[in-house]
Amino acid sequence: MAAKVITVTSGKGGVGKTTTTANIAVALSMDGAKVVCLDGDIGLRNLDVVMGLENRIVYDLVDVVEGRCRLRQAMIRDKQNSELYLIPAAQTRDKNAISPSDMVRLCDELRPDFDWILIDSPAGIERGFRNVIAPADIVLVVTNPEVSAVRDADRIIGLVESEEKGPARLVINRLNSSMVKRGDMLSVDDVTELLAISLIGIVPEDESVISSANRGQPVVNDTKSRAGMAFRDIARRLRGEDVPFPPMEVKDDFFKKLFRVN
Amino acid sequence: MFKSAPLTAERSTEFQIKGINDGLLVTLGEGEWSVLREYLLHNIEERSAFFQGARLALDVGDHVLKAAELGALRDKLGDFGISLTAVISSSVVTEKTALMLGIATQIQPVKRLASAPKPVEEPVHVNGETAVFLQKTMRSGTRIQNSGTVVVLGDVNPGAEIIAGGNVIIWGRLKGTVVAGCDGDEHAQVCALEMTPMSLRIANISLDEKPRKSKPGPEFASIESGTVIIQPWKHPTY
Repeated sequence: MAAKVITVTSGKGGVGKTTTTANIAVALSMDGAKVVCLDGDIGLRNLDVVMGLENRIVYDLVDVVEGRCRLRQAMIRDKQNSELYLIPAAQTRDKNAISPSDMVRLCDELRPDFDWILIDSPAGIERGFRNVIAPADIVLVVTNPEVSAVRDADRIIGLVESEEKGPARLVINRLNSSMVKRGDMLSVDDVTELLAISLIGIVPEDESVISSANRGQPVVNDTKSRAGMAFRDIARRLRGEDVPFPPMEVKDDFFKKLFRVN
Repeated sequence: MFKSAPLTAERSTEFQIKGINDGLLVTLGEGEWSVLREYLLHNIEERSAFFQGARLALDVGDHVLKAAELGALRDKLGDFGISLTAVISSSVVTEKTALMLGIATQIQPVKRLASAPKPVEEPVHVNGETAVFLQKTMRSGTRIQNSGTVVVLGDVNPGAEIIAGGNVIIWGRLKGTVVAGCDGDEHAQVCALEMTPMSLRIANISLDEKPRKSKPGPEFASIESGTVIIQPWKHPTY
């Protein structure tokens, strides 16, 4: 086995990097792949919260890098998926506690034992970004259909290219199709026209994402959620399957009409 | 200023460290890049206290450096607590690499931009003026600065900047910031296949319109009777 390293990044904060990382990781592991998640947001960790594993943390990424524990000791097994692990970030340190070469070494050590390594990024373009981008084989850029998020995504895509890790692939998160319809939100076409990279996922805005993250239960486990479905589709595209994008807007209108009639 | 003895016999010119306004300037001299790099890091390791926290400008001569190499060096220097602020090179490839990584290519940025206009006696049109040709989309945060013409084959996205002493020609969509004739040349022109700049300036006159609705078709901007106007680019007149 030689794992592929996927780094999930965005530039702007709050667009859904951590949610995306957790959900793709769970979706990949649901089909029996061995997956490990690394929280690269040292000092502001929260991947453990979204995955519902925060009370199991003993050692973290910085402990591994500084040699206070072995890699295996810092790996926390997921509650539901026995082939999914998390290596949490340190909460009491900052981005300078590790270097890009530390991350490359760490991933190389993990590669033989896994199919996928997912890395969650901090917001920003400084040291923390360089740490998580250094080991990446595939970079996913998450953005929201908002002008400010798209602007930052553009900057990050440029930086990914200049680190020779491109071309990145795009995840558009929290798309509200009725707002797009009214012309109050950028459409998928508006975003992809500016960013000009290939799209790997469109995740609709869905309240169940927030409620399930609060419960520490990634939404991808919810078979009825449309966002969960979108994350499962991203996982399938990462595995190389050709999954068409569902005609979201049309579907939405149809249900809306249905509810209005009732 | 002090010089250090060469590490190996085959090094023809000397490695120099010089104090400048904004930190330190290290000139690598001539030789194999791997040797020079090794020598630089060796020097820094030996005098780590001296280099700690320094802002470093690096003169790499004519070495052609790719992003991975320069990025790795920057990270390595970062491990020593040194920030690489500028890379000076006679290689265009290296300069572009540095710009893409957000590293300056001049020690003192041209401050003329903000200051009063240079009196324009007569616009200087040097025949052998250098042009920069960039064949890629300029994304937010990238910046090209050249005393001559800038040609971009690709889009210029919002947040990207082009500052040219001469003309700016964009074979793509212009949505970012452009300054043409930054040294006061009022004959400079800007053209693009789609003209919706975030801001546009020729010499010292700005386009006062707000970001415009995109009109189909190529357009060019020039100064006519004291204001910047944009018109369809039908007959290339230059």
